[in-house]
Amino acid sequence: MPGLAGLFFCLNMNTEMKNIKKIIIDQTLELDCGKIIKNFPLAYETYGTLNKNKDNAILACHALTGDQFCTNINPITKREGWWTFAVGPGKAIDTNKYFVICTNVLGGCMGSYGPMEINPETNKLFGTSFPVITIRDMVRSQKYLLDYLGIKKLLSVAGGSMGGMQVLQFAALYPQLSHSFIPIACSASHSAQNIALNELGRQAIMADPNWKKGNGSPDKGLAVARMAAHITYLSKKGLEEKFGRKLQDKGSLKFSFDADFQIESYLRYQGATFVDRFDANSYLYITRAMDYFDLEKQFKGNLSLAFKDNKSKFCIISFSSDWLYPTIENKEIVIALNACGANVRFVEINSDKGHDSFLLDVPEFLKTVSEFITSTYNEIKK
Amino acid sequence: MKKEFEAISKIIENKKRVLDVGCGDGTLMEYLKEKQNNDVRGLEPQKNLVQKCIAKGLPVIEGDAEKELIQFPEKSFDYVVLSQTLQAFYNPEEVLEQLLRIGKQTIVTIPNFGYWKVRLHLLFKGTMPITKNLPNEWYNTPNLHMCTIKDFVNFCKKKNIKIDKSMCVTEEKISKITNKNMGYKNIFSQLGIFLIE
Repeated sequence: MPGLAGLFFCLNMNTEMKNIKKIIIDQTLELDCGKIIKNFPLAYETYGTLNKNKDNAILACHALTGDQFCTNINPITKREGWWTFAVGPGKAIDTNKYFVICTNVLGGCMGSYGPMEINPETNKLFGTSFPVITIRDMVRSQKYLLDYLGIKKLLSVAGGSMGGMQVLQFAALYPQLSHSFIPIACSASHSAQNIALNELGRQAIMADPNWKKGNGSPDKGLAVARMAAHITYLSKKGLEEKFGRKLQDKGSLKFSFDADFQIESYLRYQGATFVDRFDANSYLYITRAMDYFDLEKQFKGNLSLAFKDNKSKFCIISFSSDWLYPTIENKEIVIALNACGANVRFVEINSDKGHDSFLLDVPEFLKTVSEFITSTYNEIKK
Repeated sequence: MKKEFEAISKIIENKKRVLDVGCGDGTLMEYLKEKQNNDVRGLEPQKNLVQKCIAKGLPVIEGDAEKELIQFPEKSFDYVVLSQTLQAFYNPEEVLEQLLRIGKQTIVTIPNFGYWKVRLHLLFKGTMPITKNLPNEWYNTPNLHMCTIKDFVNFCKKKNIKIDKSMCVTEEKISKITNKNMGYKNIFSQLGIFLIE
């Protein structure tokens, strides 16, 4: 029976996938890799109402495994949206006041142009024949959606982790298109440590015999990649508090390789559920985009040139226990902004929840985001 | 607003770029931004105060002046303000050098250790002075390098720092310090305010 239920789930997922909002971008986009794409889909979702002046729009950018469904229940996965704590009626990014737009990134697997799409030239799934995507490509594609929605200037662009990289890239590409930028827990150039961790994930996928050079379903490899990545989103203290050395069954050690410890079982669960909602090839492409992100290099080794003459307001936020994108890397962005006299504010939020803090209920963080957006909005309304 | 901030804001011309080092909850910055159209920036080590500033719409970064000032380019501000914190640094000399580098002009205010109540406290009680401006005990005070108005003026002379304006706050009144009245002001003022470059 579980097989049948699975089949229903898949069929149901397929119909739901058809209902995803998307635009077909009929213009050509030259990717950073040199390839040109055209007539490609970009999936998106919006929350709240765009006002008459079209000045209350906020672009939310998702991280590695996110999608366009940033809040409410995701219609495909039936799980809560990735930024449910931050986005919604009465929340930090208040959808009663603001119009929130979120796209599925290029290379993603929730309806946007990515390795799960059909290659029009071969009529087969792209798989690993999909062109390599960069953060800049993602941001350029988002601009088409803003044009389509008729939004000339956003109130803010916000996102954490890879979302934060998109925010920085957006600020560098389109400084006049937003009143403010909120890059959270991110970095302007992906560090060697983070490239290494991404490579670990990719190798786990590619080592799975079911990967088949991108044509198979490497569930085991993808699950291991997710498990490894998940550890990096937490902190030592957070793990200690939540799991410690607690055993799965209250009894004693089993003297086997089953999941004795709660942390093992937790990670296995995270890995197993991830493969139901994410495409292994997308994981390869998106991690690659993160690794290639080097805003400093885009501006010939001088990061502050990326923000030269940028009149928008910047609010940089980092978390004390985040070792994946530590405060020091976030501060490099602040330093570059100060070097060119930009309008920047920065705070490191105390949290034991590691890199994941930006997705969780961390009141001081949510308060800062909320107050920053409110003050920015009030100022443009003056 | 405090008399001190009133004096500082009078020194600062409209529409100039101002960096407030140790800006606290942003009271002075807010005034300069709203009333004088100044383009303000702030630096503050305490998270909760930084958050208050962000809520007010002020561009403030969390950080310690002894480490963070280095990131600001030379003469990138018309005025740099340091209100009653010079004495709290490990190395006030170095901080002052940074302020002078970043600002075309720098406004420094110091709680005057030469104030008569401070002198009498030490003279008669024989314990470290506690006053309205210096409320802490010797073991928990953040003030590591207290000085008097005279000390600061002598320091500027020694370091070839030009004093463009010197004022003081005496019992909630702002007045000028001159060479003539220096001795008097050094006894009767709680606070010295200096515009230097």
